[in-house]
Amino acid sequence: MVAQSVFFYLFAAIILFSAVRVVTSNNVVHAALYLVAVLAAVAAEYVLLAAEFVAATQILVYIGAIIVLFLFGIMLTRAKLGSDQDLTHSHWALSAATALLMFGVMGYALVDQFHWTATPMPADTRLVSVAGSNSATVSDSVFTAYLVPFEVVSVLLLAAVVGAIVLARKD
Amino acid sequence: MISLSVLGVELAYWQVTSLRVLGVLVAVVLPAGAFVYLFLFKMMSFMQSRLGPMEAGPFGSMQLLAEVGKFLQKEDIVPERADRRLFFIAPYIVLASTFLLFSVMPFGPDVYFTNLDTGIFLALGLSSVSVIGILIAGWASANKYSLIGGIRAAGQLIAYELPMVLAVVGVVIQAGTLNLQGIVAAQHQGEIFGFSGIGNPFLLTQFVAFGVFLVATQAELTQTPFDMPVAESEIVTGYMTEYSGLRFLLFFIGEFATAGAFAAIAATLFLGGWALPFVSLDDNSMNFIGPLVLFAKMLMVGFLIFWARFTFPRFREDQLQAFAWKYLIPIALINILVTMILKVAF
Repeated sequence: MVAQSVFFYLFAAIILFSAVRVVTSNNVVHAALYLVAVLAAVAAEYVLLAAEFVAATQILVYIGAIIVLFLFGIMLTRAKLGSDQDLTHSHWALSAATALLMFGVMGYALVDQFHWTATPMPADTRLVSVAGSNSATVSDSVFTAYLVPFEVVSVLLLAAVVGAIVLARKD
Repeated sequence: MISLSVLGVELAYWQVTSLRVLGVLVAVVLPAGAFVYLFLFKMMSFMQSRLGPMEAGPFGSMQLLAEVGKFLQKEDIVPERADRRLFFIAPYIVLASTFLLFSVMPFGPDVYFTNLDTGIFLALGLSSVSVIGILIAGWASANKYSLIGGIRAAGQLIAYELPMVLAVVGVVIQAGTLNLQGIVAAQHQGEIFGFSGIGNPFLLTQFVAFGVFLVATQAELTQTPFDMPVAESEIVTGYMTEYSGLRFLLFFIGEFATAGAFAAIAATLFLGGWALPFVSLDDNSMNFIGPLVLFAKMLMVGFLIFWARFTFPRFREDQLQAFAWKYLIPIALINILVTMILKVAF
């Protein structure tokens, strides 16, 4: 458990540092790469929580697809080498306030749910209990208890894909 | 403490872990070397009615060492306007993605680095990380050919990532697990119409997925006919244009080690992995025979990959994208549908 705590704080430090660098970096590509570090460290935290399916999804979807699309878009449009001064946004105070509000709400929700307990997991942790196979548990709950939300999200994504094609096609 | 008995020798946990780390290093370098010598040097030459390297060592077998020595001696040039830090990091990102791919591969009942529940899913995720290295290499070089090459590579890898994942889904549905050891076991214990002698390699039932997977692999490796990102007649060598010496060598090793990794994954998913027919999966001797069996199967898949590489001319960019989105993805989706129906029916 000690090693787990040490690595938790190590990855948390990486997340904090990289997240700050994402918004303070003077170069769009550097910012995107710091975002990779944030997402990878979050994936590492998922592994520490024994949620390896979520961690693998994080790597496949966020690092492998979304960041690549970010970089792809940045490099297709404008990607200056060196520093780019007009990147620093003038509305940073408003953004900081929003971030603080988010932190407050999420922190309150967590504390309200788990009451400062050392292990923030309910006693009947289904995710790790079923014969060490938590991807089976994830799929079981997605396709039974959460089937309707899952299907709604699928249809929503399909609609978004169709919408993107309609917007992109001029003829 | 986890201990393991190999040939009657009890190994402590740290010894097993060190052996596994060493094994992954060997597993990356060995196939890369074997692929370059056997296929790139020799098979390509024979297919073109020439002998290939013959001077260094018997049948030119030391040519590989000579090449490595040559690259190590070369000057490490960095363009003046390049983003130095990212320029240096990029090849290591590509290589790290390759090393991590081998960390989920099973080579025998106890010969693996990790036995993860989400093995193949994680492998697919890790393989897509190399795109970031390629994009960075293209951008940080401060060269328009590099940038075009990097963007082409990214577009291609995104397009072919999908059919690859969808092809694997068919296998996963049939095996009923994402765990690579589980997929090996499912093939070993399978039956062909009640005949259980040789198990049921998924090549027999998932041949469509195998075809899609191999084509997508070819594209992920940016091998001819999918080598638009490094098309030498148009953009010099794409994202690798500005790289020389050791860093070029790293990209080169990364390319062939990734070829080895994908060949090993294909061998595990479709050809039964390290298992041998008639030999129990728990047999301790499989810890030594298993890696050799997997290596042999890997060479077979590698042969197919390089055969296609030396045979077909290059795709045009629009043909390449249309092939992925209009043909491979629908074929893979139909394969998933048919597999699901048959899985429920039987």
